[in-house]
Amino acid sequence: METLVFALLNGVIYGLLLFMLSSGLTLIFSMMGVLNFAHASFYMLGAYFAYTVMGISNFWIALILAPILVGGIGMVVERYGLRQVHARGHVAELLFTFGLAYLIDEVVKIIWGRTAVDYQVPAALDFPLFTLYGAQYPAYRIFILVVAIFMLVALWYLLKKTRAGLIIQAALSHPHMVGHLGHNVPAIFMAVFGAGCALAALAGVIGGNYFITDPAMAVQMGPIVFVVVVVGGLGSLEGAFIAAMLIGLLQTSAISINASLADIFGFLGLSPDSEVGEITIASMGPMLPFLLLVVVLMVRPRGLMGDREV
Amino acid sequence: MNVQNDMVPLLSVSDLHAYYGKSHVLNGVDMEIMPGEVVALLGRNGVGRSTTAKAIMGEVSPLGSIRFKGEEIAGFPNHRIARMGLGYVPESRDIFPTMTVRQNLMLGIKDMRRPGKWTIDQMLEMFPNLKRRADNPAGVLSGGEKQMLTMCRTLMGDPELIIIDEPTEGLAPLIVQQVGDMIAEIAKAGVSILLVEQKLSIALRIATKVYVMGHGEIVYAGTPADFATRDDVRKEWLEV
Repeated sequence: METLVFALLNGVIYGLLLFMLSSGLTLIFSMMGVLNFAHASFYMLGAYFAYTVMGISNFWIALILAPILVGGIGMVVERYGLRQVHARGHVAELLFTFGLAYLIDEVVKIIWGRTAVDYQVPAALDFPLFTLYGAQYPAYRIFILVVAIFMLVALWYLLKKTRAGLIIQAALSHPHMVGHLGHNVPAIFMAVFGAGCALAALAGVIGGNYFITDPAMAVQMGPIVFVVVVVGGLGSLEGAFIAAMLIGLLQTSAISINASLADIFGFLGLSPDSEVGEITIASMGPMLPFLLLVVVLMVRPRGLMGDREV
Repeated sequence: MNVQNDMVPLLSVSDLHAYYGKSHVLNGVDMEIMPGEVVALLGRNGVGRSTTAKAIMGEVSPLGSIRFKGEEIAGFPNHRIARMGLGYVPESRDIFPTMTVRQNLMLGIKDMRRPGKWTIDQMLEMFPNLKRRADNPAGVLSGGEKQMLTMCRTLMGDPELIIIDEPTEGLAPLIVQQVGDMIAEIAKAGVSILLVEQKLSIALRIATKVYVMGHGEIVYAGTPADFATRDDVRKEWLEV
């Protein structure tokens, strides 16, 4: 029971962080029609910017400033990069974001070095919030949960309940018509790209010290975020939310299961001493999102909630 | 409206060319729409009527001159053209299907701080069909209702000239009549109209000027009364 509760809590937190990253990516996909390979790099930039701002000021300033700075960079990238490349088609756009991801990776290595930086949880949040089944639960994890839920509600409210949100939704599906109604669609796209990057950066700010801030963090997180977006259904925010929670819970649950393949398939004669039998479920955790991706693409190529096939 | 303004065309198109890839679709279109005019643009399928509308609105790259209220607008982004007071109702209608009728109308307003002469409630009062479905998703409307919604949505932006492309395409005869009535209402409200239409009955009922297109250019321009006497034009350029 204790393991299950902790796995659930951690899974929800990880899932919400994944959603924070994938919500921006799926909105940007709706707009561009291609996946932005550099999306996780903006997540990494968020963590590094927060680390630097925290060194000069404090975590709370970093929490606000880093997403704004990264969102600004995102807007510049859209305005002066992607918009120019867009005219040359999807392949050019895809290659552009691919190159951008490597560019950001290298810039990060040049500025902050190849090893992890000491980006720590702020002292004000570095204490056990409550004790559950005799184990202490860190306050910072609950802080991540609160920030993520706040972001989720704010995003939902903006997109579903405000005129600006309706214009954004309409611009994603009918850009020409929205332009003919007098709304500046290129500016809307620039804002959406910037906001998507800012959300990724916010995930970096609150996730960078929860996990680790190093130049490999984008490469580690990027593929999982793609899995979330594809499994959820390209362009679907609801789908991305469900997929993010599913993958978050799946991965953290797998890590907390203390069993091997032999324990499960022992009845088939799989020996605990064999190479396959001694593989633990926990060690298979990182593989599960990709297994899910392969299965979803085979049986339901448009994802859980999407309306277009991959 | 003073006499001097009446002399300046609201829309003036001269020597307009457009291409789809290598095919030369518009071969130098010339037309003028004066304030308050309802102009019907007639022609057989494929002669370039819709392309003319698209070129004016920036959907197709235009070559030549397009002046709106005296200002050259060829090559302007579509939102800028719309903000100058030129509304467009495309053939594809392009309603936002997951949004309600009311939300569709709201998106027609360009600036909430400067409301135009129409309000959403007034618009719904004028069109009871839409009022009944105000809070339903627009995707469930019938073809005629969608056409009405698209026109109302464009009117919410307070245009001085509205280009309506094939509004009765694919509609039942009774609905065609209703859409025709609606366009007449819009004209009565003082909005100038460029009506791209194939059905002569609708076009001639409302129009104050008629243009006929053939092979990517204007082949006839005149009043509806004159057009009624020109069997030669009808036979050569309109009858199938």
